[in-house]
Formats: sequence, structure tokens, C-alpha cells
Amino acid sequence: MKTIEDLKRLRDQVQSTTRMRHDSSRQIIVGMGTCGIAAGAREVMSTILDEIAKRKLDDVLVRQTGCIGMCEKEVLVDVVLAGQPRITYGNVTTADIPKIIADHVVNGRIVKELAIGKFVE
Amino acid sequence: MEHIRAHVLVCAGTGCVSAGSKKIEAALRDQIAKHGLDKEIKIVETGCHGLCEMGPLVIVYPEGVFYVRVQESDIVDIVEQHLYKGRVVERLLYTEHDTLEGIPSYKEIAFYKKQMRMVLANCGQIDPEQIDEYISVGGYEALGKALTTMKPEEVVDEVKKSGLRGRGGGGFPTGMKWGFARNAPGEKKYVVCNADEGDPGAFMDRSVLESDPHRVIEGMAVCGYAIGADEGYVYVRAEYPLAIKRLKNAIEQAEAIGLLGENIFGSGFNFRLKIKEGAGAFVCGEETALLASIEGKRGMPRPRPPFPAISGLWGKPTNINNVETFANIPQIITKGADWFASIGTERSKGTKVFALTGRINHTGLAEVPMGITMREIIYDIGGGIPDGKKFKAAQIGGPSGGCLPEQLLDLSVDYDSLIKVGAMMGSGGLVVMDETTCMVDLAKFFLSFTQEESCGKCTPCREGTKRMLEILTRITEGQGKEGDIELLETMARDIKTTALCGLGQTAPNPVLSTLQYFRDEYEAHIKEKRCPAGSCAGLLEYTITEECKGCGLCKKACPVEAISGEKKGLHEIDQDKCVKCAACFAKCPFKAIKKQ
Repeated sequence: MKTIEDLKRLRDQVQSTTRMRHDSSRQIIVGMGTCGIAAGAREVMSTILDEIAKRKLDDVLVRQTGCIGMCEKEVLVDVVLAGQPRITYGNVTTADIPKIIADHVVNGRIVKELAIGKFVE
Repeated sequence: MEHIRAHVLVCAGTGCVSAGSKKIEAALRDQIAKHGLDKEIKIVETGCHGLCEMGPLVIVYPEGVFYVRVQESDIVDIVEQHLYKGRVVERLLYTEHDTLEGIPSYKEIAFYKKQMRMVLANCGQIDPEQIDEYISVGGYEALGKALTTMKPEEVVDEVKKSGLRGRGGGGFPTGMKWGFARNAPGEKKYVVCNADEGDPGAFMDRSVLESDPHRVIEGMAVCGYAIGADEGYVYVRAEYPLAIKRLKNAIEQAEAIGLLGENIFGSGFNFRLKIKEGAGAFVCGEETALLASIEGKRGMPRPRPPFPAISGLWGKPTNINNVETFANIPQIITKGADWFASIGTERSKGTKVFALTGRINHTGLAEVPMGITMREIIYDIGGGIPDGKKFKAAQIGGPSGGCLPEQLLDLSVDYDSLIKVGAMMGSGGLVVMDETTCMVDLAKFFLSFTQEESCGKCTPCREGTKRMLEILTRITEGQGKEGDIELLETMARDIKTTALCGLGQTAPNPVLSTLQYFRDEYEAHIKEKRCPAGSCAGLLEYTITEECKGCGLCKKACPVEAISGEKKGLHEIDQDKCVKCAACFAKCPFKAIKKQ
């Protein structure tokens, strides 16, 4: 390390090591109730993690939630972007994940054919 | 290629480690691997979070869920329920004392709400053994800013302007101290960090070194640049093995990437750090004794002047600050003196870390803005006194400080207000006492500590504290005489004015402040041979009341055969034989034995 720019570069590189402990503007939430798990939520979660890693989306938080009652629509996956309504996708399979992430999480375009609801928090 | 979706922070501060956090971490690792989550969940060992009472602590991010008193057997649930399924394990959540509801997140806990965690900002939040984590939250940017955009004089001025005062005891303005060392003639200068934390009940410096060692290193390097020193020493007591280990590791990491060493940030500034392990003598916290100890001599103070800023380590100009003072430096440089000076009171700026101990619900570390009241610290943050007991007094500033009674609970906590009422900030130990503590006994405890730690160089301290301790011991044993109080006062004043160093000059403070606020307790001991708190064994009398059923258990328990009585008849204690061991008191099933 020779200059202050070197330090800033290193900081940017290692920022992902602690970013999780602060708030983030992009979140993906997977329904992990018994219904969700039975419908394959765990596989969906693994695919989400792989996809995020592939695209180096270090700042995206992946969280879980419980059953919200629409068990027949499981696996449910929510995408929350700062300042926008929370969008719920239903009957999600591992095959849908690349599209949800590419269109919605990265480019901010809701995947209308999979979306089943939105709510404003 | 993997994405980490959750961090599990396991506290590896000394408090939590002794409560078993290492076992918990191993169990976590096992369970996480067993569920195939090891590629998406990271375990982070952190330093102390301050809420030591509730340890071992486990915090799960991104939710920030705060689990307390976690046992090895709880790990299965944390992994299966929370990490796998996202269901918070409610029974492990922290609960406030006045409600029974679990509080899931860190930020909502009353203990943290009133705190202002600046020096402790990273404590418990980053892995102290990874320099990357410190850098990821902006670490070493203060050093970069100082070295590349500021002249050394400007750094000194910035620290002066911030109003920062020494956090180790006396509260001397840090910027002024730096200025003296900077202006002292000489090519070779030293920076020394006093990490010889010795006050009973104080552990904030240990905690900072264990939890965020790089912050202290950065503060010292900035100081080195400001005063023109290229070498520094951290004087740590050998009783802090974890702090020493983490500090050593941190120094090596900083050297490896060029944040310590030659030509830092291409500025031409060189700085190296060494660790000196102290043997744990209290007097070595006094700066001249500390320097003697680094030089390999016996740790004894010498008269000042010359002050270390002029003639310090090996006769060279030396700046000495304590751990918490150095830990304040990086934020002053990055956020500016005006920002720092906007926190606190007129003459006490910034925050202070207090170690809460004694009869208080939340034993631990709390960082608060200067000017907060004692009541807020003890009741809002500390959670009040356990077992429904009444608050009696708080000893602030360790054995050099004073004892403050209930009527001073609303006092503003800052350097000058505390001095005015006969206490001092000291290093920030805060020992809380309830109604069962005897104030004479308390003064005796602190004085016996300073007496034992006296190095013996000057007579007032060596002899004076010994004589005072003899008088106090006599009083607590019921042998107090008329005139004892006056004699204590005279001796205390003489020692204060004539002792060589800070240890001796402040040793009588606990006696003086308890005399000031609890004189009636001293008088009760001397005149009525009575201990109002019911704590001095020598002054207690055990008697058996009418409640006695004559079961004979007390008689069996008594080691000196002082109890007599027939089966099913009223028993009696022979006061001449009784040694006040309280064995009968503990054994009686009918609470028929009275202690007075």
C-alpha cells in the first residue's frame, strides 16, 4: 500500500465482508414456512445464492420469512428495492430465478407474469 | 463462487469466552456444516458488545437478531430454526427487566438505546483479527488523511480544537499534551499507549484492545506523525493475554500491508510499534513509573517536572495517552474537531466509556455522551438495582475516585462536575452499591487496594495509607474511638498534599468522600458499635427470637458450641462464645435468628 487511493481501493474490495451488518437497499426474501420448504424453497434459495454470486451482487440481502397463508402459491419469493413497493412472486421454481434477478433485482423491471401481488410498506 | 447470506457473530470477548462462547462457536460450525449451509453462512468472532451480563452473545445478521445466554444445546435450534428456516428462536431473545416480551433486534434494547457508541462503534461488530474488516468500515482513513492532507501542526491543532481530554484519569487536554511533545527539542521522540488498566472493576481499555485493536494503532500512528515520533510502545498488563494476542496480530497485519513501517502512504513518515508487557502493578499506570518499567527498571514514579513531554522514555520527549484517548483520535481526524466538540458539555467533549459493575442489573460496558446523568447510566442503561434493593451509592473513578450518594444521582457526568463533588472521572469504573453495602467497609476495601499497590517510595503513601487502613479496620471491628474520624481527615489531607504521585495523592479520596456523604455511618460504628448496613461481621449480634421451634439445627451447625437449648424449647446464643460466622442464620428453617 503506497497511497491513500490504494487504501480506498482495498476498502471497496473488502466492503462486502461487513456490509451485511448494515442496512441494504436490495433484498430478496424467500418463504421458508413448512409449505415453502415442501414446495422446494430450499432449492430456490440455493439457486438465488448461486445466481447472486455469479453476478457479484454483493450488496443484495437474502432473507427468509415464514408462511403468509398463500400456501398453494409457494414457493413465494419477495423482492424489495428501496423506495418501491415490495413485489411477491408465486409458484417460483429454480428456473425462474435468473429472470427475476436479471430483470427485477438488477434492472428494476418487475417480472409481471410471475408477480402475484405487491404491498407498500 | 459463493454468496454469503448471513453472518453469525459470536462474541469472543473475555467475558463471553469465560461463559463458554468457544464451545458454542464449535457447535455452530458443526451444525452449519451438517445442514449444508457452510458456503452461505459465515461465522465471525467479534470482540465485546458490552452487555457482558447476558453472555455468551450470538447475533445473526442481516436481521440483527440478538440472542443472549446461549448454551451449546441451543445451537441446534438456532441453526435449524433460524438459519435454515428463518424463524427466530424466541426463547433465546433478550428480555427487558420490566416487560417479559422478547426483543429481537440489537437496536431496540434499552441498554443500547441511550448509549452513543463511537469509541466502541466497531466493538462486537467486526472481527478484530481481520484488518480487512476494520478497513471495510473506514479504518486507517484518518491516518491517510492526516499524512497526505495535513501538516503535523494542523493535526495537533485539530485535536486541541476538538476539546478531547485524557480518558485515563486526570483529564488533561490531549491536544495541549501533544503540543508540548511536538515543541520539545529533540530528534528522537516516542508515543506511548498506557494500557495498564488497573482500577478494580474497570475493563474498557481491555475491551477496546480486544475488540478493535486497529483503532488504537491508528490513533497512535496519527499521534506519532503529529509530534514527530517514529516509534511507539503499548504498555499492556500481562493479565490481558487476549488483548496482547490481538494487538500483536493487528500490528503484524498493519505492517504487512504497509500501514505501519517505512514511508507510510508515500508521505515519508515512518512509524513502528512495540508491545511491552507489564507485570500488573497498579502504580505502573502512573506515567513516570510506566516509563521506568518500559526501560526495564523497577516501576516507581519520579517527581515531575520534567514532564515526559520534555524528558520521557530514555530521556526523550514522549507523549503518553491511554487506550480510550487514542481510540478517539481517528474519528476526530475523519469527522473533524467541530463534529466532536458538538458532543458533550462545555468543557468535557465527546463520550466516555463506563464499566458498570457491582449491584446493577446490566453489568457491562456503556459508552455515553458527557453530561448524561448518573441516574440515566444506572437506571436507563444499567437497568437499576437487582432484587428490588435500594440504591445507596456509586463509586466512580476507581480507588482514586469518590463515592456519590443518592442525592447526587442527577449530577451531570463530566470532568469538572465530578471533581466538584469530590469524585473524579478516572478511567470510568462505576461500581454500584445497594443498601446492604457498608460505606466504612467500602472505604476500607479501596484503601486496602491502594495500600497494597503502594510502591513504597514516598513516606506519606507508604506509611500514611497503612495507618489509615489500621484505623478503618479497627472501626469496622467495633474498636473505633472518639477522634478517629478527625484523625482520618487530617491524615487524608496530608497524604493528598504530600504524596509523590497520583496513586498516593488520590488514595484517600474514597475515605474523604464516604466521610463527606456518609459520616453518620462512621459515627454509628464508633459511638453505637453498630453497622447500619448490617455488613460488618464484627458489629453484628445474632439472637434467637420467639419463632424458634427448638429443632436444634442451629445448635448442630454452630462450630463453637455457643448455642444451648432443649429439644422443642427456645434456644439461646451465648454472645461471648459467638464468632459471628452466620452458620446458624443460614441453617434455621423458621427464620428465627435475627442479625443486627
